[in-house]
Amino acid sequence: MFTSPNLNYALLAPILIVLAGALLGVGVEAFARKELRAPLQLGIALLSVAAAFLQLMRVRDQRSITAAIDSFSFDGATVFMQAAILVLSFFAILLISDGGNFTAQASAIPGSEDEHSSIAEGKSQTEVFPLTLFAISGMMLFPAATDLITLFVALEVLSLPLYLMAGLSRRRRLLSQEAALKYFLLGAYSSAFFLFGGAFLYGYSGSLSLNSIAIAISSNTGNDIFLLLGIVFLMVGLLFKIGAVPFHAWTPDVYQGAPTPITGFMAACTKIAAIGAMLRIFYVALAGDQVQWRPIVTVISIVTMLVGAIAAMSQRDVKRTLAFSSIAHAGFLLTGIVALNQSGLKASLFYLVAYGFATIGAFAVVTLVRDSAGEVTDINRWVGLGKKSPLIAGSFCLFLLSFGGIPLTSGFIAKFSIFTAAYESGNTSVVVFGVLTSAIALFFYLRVIVMLFFTEPKSDAVTVSVPSVKVSFVVAASVIVTILLGVYPSLLLNSAQTFATFLR
Amino acid sequence: MSLLTVLELTPLVGAALLYAVPKTNAKLIKQVAFVLSLVALAISALIAYRFKSNVSGMQFVESHSWISNFGIRYAVGIDGLALVLILLTTILTPIVFLAGWNEADNGRWSVRTFYVLMLVLESSMVGVFAATDVFLFYVIFEAMLIPVYLLIGGYGRGERAAAAMKFLLYSLLGGLLMLAAVIGIYIISTNQIGGTFDTAKLATLHIDSGTENFLFLGFFIAFAIKAPLWPFHTWLPSAAKSATPATSVLLLGVLDKVGTYGMIRFCITLFPHATKTFTPLIIALSIISILYGAFMAIGQRDINGLIAFTSISHFGFIVLGIFAMTSQGISGATLYMVNHGFSTAALFLVAGWMIARRNSSQIEDFGGLQRVTPVMAWSFFIAGMSALALPGISSFVSEFLVLVGTFTRYPVAAILGTTGIVLAALYVLITVQRSLHGPVAPSNEGISDLNLREKISIAPVIALLVIMGFFPKPVLDWINPSTNQTLQAAGYTDPLPKAGK
Repeated sequence: MFTSPNLNYALLAPILIVLAGALLGVGVEAFARKELRAPLQLGIALLSVAAAFLQLMRVRDQRSITAAIDSFSFDGATVFMQAAILVLSFFAILLISDGGNFTAQASAIPGSEDEHSSIAEGKSQTEVFPLTLFAISGMMLFPAATDLITLFVALEVLSLPLYLMAGLSRRRRLLSQEAALKYFLLGAYSSAFFLFGGAFLYGYSGSLSLNSIAIAISSNTGNDIFLLLGIVFLMVGLLFKIGAVPFHAWTPDVYQGAPTPITGFMAACTKIAAIGAMLRIFYVALAGDQVQWRPIVTVISIVTMLVGAIAAMSQRDVKRTLAFSSIAHAGFLLTGIVALNQSGLKASLFYLVAYGFATIGAFAVVTLVRDSAGEVTDINRWVGLGKKSPLIAGSFCLFLLSFGGIPLTSGFIAKFSIFTAAYESGNTSVVVFGVLTSAIALFFYLRVIVMLFFTEPKSDAVTVSVPSVKVSFVVAASVIVTILLGVYPSLLLNSAQTFATFLR
Repeated sequence: MSLLTVLELTPLVGAALLYAVPKTNAKLIKQVAFVLSLVALAISALIAYRFKSNVSGMQFVESHSWISNFGIRYAVGIDGLALVLILLTTILTPIVFLAGWNEADNGRWSVRTFYVLMLVLESSMVGVFAATDVFLFYVIFEAMLIPVYLLIGGYGRGERAAAAMKFLLYSLLGGLLMLAAVIGIYIISTNQIGGTFDTAKLATLHIDSGTENFLFLGFFIAFAIKAPLWPFHTWLPSAAKSATPATSVLLLGVLDKVGTYGMIRFCITLFPHATKTFTPLIIALSIISILYGAFMAIGQRDINGLIAFTSISHFGFIVLGIFAMTSQGISGATLYMVNHGFSTAALFLVAGWMIARRNSSQIEDFGGLQRVTPVMAWSFFIAGMSALALPGISSFVSEFLVLVGTFTRYPVAAILGTTGIVLAALYVLITVQRSLHGPVAPSNEGISDLNLREKISIAPVIALLVIMGFFPKPVLDWINPSTNQTLQAAGYTDPLPKAGK
């Protein structure tokens, strides 16, 4: 007999509101007049994200693991990560809406007559807003899901819109489409690996739920080889999403090819969702088997830090540089998983927010540096920008210093707390490699700063366009958060501490 | 609120005030900055007046919770060691403002930015010496690199961007190693007494010797880069050649003392056993520094390079005195830090004036300045004499104390160190002879002597060098109690003189 499931709608509401906003957006695409679409879509997107945030705050103290039977855990970590995703998405949507980054008509072949006429008609792909909302809903579900099927569904819901959006760049469209295809093909493979791993874990434990897997591990049913295979394949899927070595190859291409606001959105929010899901899987389901996976994750973490930091040094494109920096940060974030203690969870939560804000801010600045043909991302042409526009260049340097972990920026406290957690759990090797890599990474952050401030500007048509209210707001907010969390981190550390719990 | 906090905030308030002054009014900006640095000097004089030299432990203590999650506190307090270094900071800042009145005019950025950076630097130097919380110390230790970096890169000469980068990367690498050690000792405290960064509480921990050695190295390498000790010194000459005189004075005179200060305050106090293990190695490194710095100084043709290498030699003496682990050694080393600050200040400032007038920093381009510019030449001569530790000038007292303190425990090291004095005479006298004496080079004839502003700014430095040479007692009275406390904490007593000798 089929009994209807008992759903706790109040706790699911934040995700449902975002999904509703997305559906409404699809409706707008179908029915609203062309010139009304863009403002309507922006309004719907911002409102639904804000409403979801308010609803989340209303229920933030409730805890339940049965909100959606046993597929969804509404615990501290869920609340914190969903809130972080919503706030950062709000800023990302503002960037996305700031005109001129998206192609007029995605279906038109680059360079064709079709493209010219669509540009002349002033078309725009406002579908990007509902796509963003779908991605956000997936991101919110991913770190909250407690069974492997829901995890997989969330992974796909968050990924599919991103594949599409990566190909929507207005300029250098071939590069953008190539990036989208790469991202899609590799992403599809990694999803398959994730599913494959899930099947092994099901075979091992007889259940898809994370809690039952944990129980199966603790009762030691034998068949350890299935467990190991399951963990490894599951890890492939997850490591791909955060861009950890050796599954990082897509990152620089996609970061470079995708429209810059999308890159910022992806870099900040996908990382929260994917690291959040990893934390839950490893802390809740697989903690009992740490002897097997901890060495693997430790090695991956160290290699990821090193590859990210070293490869970044030879980059000439700002977006690729930021991509490698994000790879290095994926390595630092993995130390929070290796730590496997409450401090590790707390530090990871803080790190994700600190990193997210600096990332959104940095990509917002990238959208501002232009010449007549659009964004300029060749780093050699950023030379002397500090003279042309000290405020914008100064903000960019602040974000880089935060990435580098210089004291009095949020990045320093983030690094300090995540290394402290790793040290506490006895993983000193990660800490030693972490600080050494930080030194290497600082080299390329400083190189950019030298270019901006210590080199005379060339007579070049590169300018910093006057930022719109929306972009100025994003940059200013990121600057404030980066400094505030560096000088007085207790503001966020205390709530990270309170919310750093997984319900089992 | 402790007076120390007031002293930290004063330059910051000054920096904020500068933004109220129109950017184009350079004169007013300089005046405001100068007055604020005098206010800071007055406050530090008040602190020195109220400081009780017979009380052991920290004074002017203030402590508030800062990052409660990690037990991090804003905690300040000073003992004699910190007091003299803070006084060194607040005395030198107005002097370099006055001496380098026109230094900022041709920088990459505005005059205002220069003075904002300088004032921020002054505030952080006070803060770094006053911090009693290891985390607070670390944060300031790292954050203060940024203003120095911008000062060298933005207002220096020659290959300034590269020199600034080299300085920053070296310092950050050391700082990151220290961060690992800071985290390590915090975790140990979490396991034993509940997480804290309080220096006094951390000194009571029981750390197993393997871990202690690693933590000690984390701190020590950071401080050895800062100090700088051979072989971690390579950033210094390029930084000194590129920086403006005012920046050089604060960099070598005060900022590098954070390294030697940290060795006493953290390395010895927190890790006494590891200190014992590594002492032979460190003594060897400091002897190498003394001799290497001196030999390199003899070969220098650039006058700023010369001062940089003499400093490496002198830092060798300071480290030697510290790790001799005798009361004369550590007191002498502390006094040496102060004297070296004033001595380098005199050298850099006068050299800076000579370079600005002659438009060259090569020693061979000078010659016969004694006849053309007697006041400037005499100032340089006295500064040079303080560098070679002539009796009657303050550096003699400290060098003597260091060598005596070392001899009682490590006679061979003391003897080797003494050869450094002979070499010092050589490099100072050669330079004096080449630049001041001999026939007047034709291009030097029109050089003007020091003006009133320059005379006023160099006079107090020279006065202090001479007065402290004859009467070092007040400073030693401040230093000695904290020296004894350090030795006691590390479990050392002075070796008794052997009978019959």
